[in-house]
Amino acid sequence: MWLAPQKKVPRLRCASLGMTAMCALCGVLGGAGHWTDAVARPGVFTRTAEPIERRRERAARVVQANRVLKHYRLSLSDWQGASFLLSTATGKTEIVDNLTHLWMAAEKLLGRPCDPLDEALIGSMS
Amino acid sequence: MMFTPVNLITGFLGSGKTTLLQRLLADPALADTAVLINEFGEVGLDHHLLERIDDTMVLLPSGCLCCTIRGELSEAIKDLLSKRERGVVPPFRRLVVESTGLADPFPILSTIQADPVLKHHFRLGNVITTVDAVNGLKRAESIKQVAVADRLVLTKTDLAPDSEALVAEIRRLNPDAPLWRAAEQDIAAAALFDDAIHSPLRAFPAAPDSPHGAVHSFALTFEGALDWTMFGIWLTMLLNRHGDRVLRVKGILNVEGSATPVAVHGVQHLVHPPVHMAAWPDDDRRSRLVFIVDGLSRHSIERSLSAFLTVERIAA
Repeated sequence: MWLAPQKKVPRLRCASLGMTAMCALCGVLGGAGHWTDAVARPGVFTRTAEPIERRRERAARVVQANRVLKHYRLSLSDWQGASFLLSTATGKTEIVDNLTHLWMAAEKLLGRPCDPLDEALIGSMS
Repeated sequence: MMFTPVNLITGFLGSGKTTLLQRLLADPALADTAVLINEFGEVGLDHHLLERIDDTMVLLPSGCLCCTIRGELSEAIKDLLSKRERGVVPPFRRLVVESTGLADPFPILSTIQADPVLKHHFRLGNVITTVDAVNGLKRAESIKQVAVADRLVLTKTDLAPDSEALVAEIRRLNPDAPLWRAAEQDIAAAALFDDAIHSPLRAFPAAPDSPHGAVHSFALTFEGALDWTMFGIWLTMLLNRHGDRVLRVKGILNVEGSATPVAVHGVQHLVHPPVHMAAWPDDDRRSRLVFIVDGLSRHSIERSLSAFLTVERIAA
């Protein structure tokens, strides 16, 4: 019998609490209802209503976020269609659940603020 | 599933919150309303004034909503919810929370939206702020309370008939919230509690860009449809770093791929679920955003958002 080798799973840490265990805040086991992933209901604008739409939005989010993150030498990738992995150039990785956690985790990995009003960032994107 | 709207009545000490509430509760439109109040320096006076709604009222024991808000307010609301489900209290369809005059409105709003139980049963309705025409906006707390308001009520206008300067000051802080003068105008509860957050926003007037100390408001407009994903990345990044100083952001956006506009509404770190409006309010198809900020530069915010949206356009 042949068994496919197990994909090496990076050591995951909760971005918001800095813990190695999963926590409710990170929402890996249950979404926290972030406004960019709002639960589909009448009158609410969201791209989570249909699975294909949700996956397309997640893919777009990775592409767009990486355009900003490259300024900090960070990169984002999808993880299991449920969360995202944020990594430094040296491979230090955090798991993040939504865009708010993304920036908290980015600042933690970098040890400095990620400020959208920073002229250097604006200059690099213009 | 029906979400029960929660309205916050805020305003500085002595600005007439309880008087307004008393007046509103006589309105049949608020017949099915539960009220949560707290006492702070008034020795339960509010409680005595509002005793006729005894069964659905909870008096917060510690008085100050702003310090222990998460535990105490959420417990009080959950208790009300439990009593409603068990039939112990009448089946209220709206909840009004009257905060203390010193309270920062943000933790109260955040509690409703973030609490894991409450967020499945309640949704945020309008924030109503009372402003005392005699004392005006002398304190930092009252400036913040005006900034987050969806509806404004100017009280004691009979004692200070010449309030034009104060109204202009309020308008600089909060250019778009409807304002009533309590002494001269009838205040229909339906108009005050009508869910502006969940209904089409009216077109914003041009916001004057004149500072009130460090707190000021301004409006940005953007031509053409914008990328929703990049906007989300930008706004979350801004609020993560400067959320404490973005007292409010509100607007209607022309989103790529959507025929009708999307309304966004945030108070500090908290952003409401975006509203997919049924139609544009007028012929103007530009995205419009109003910011009320404390010490942030309009120029920086505009340059930053433009740079984020432009990088997407070039890539697209």
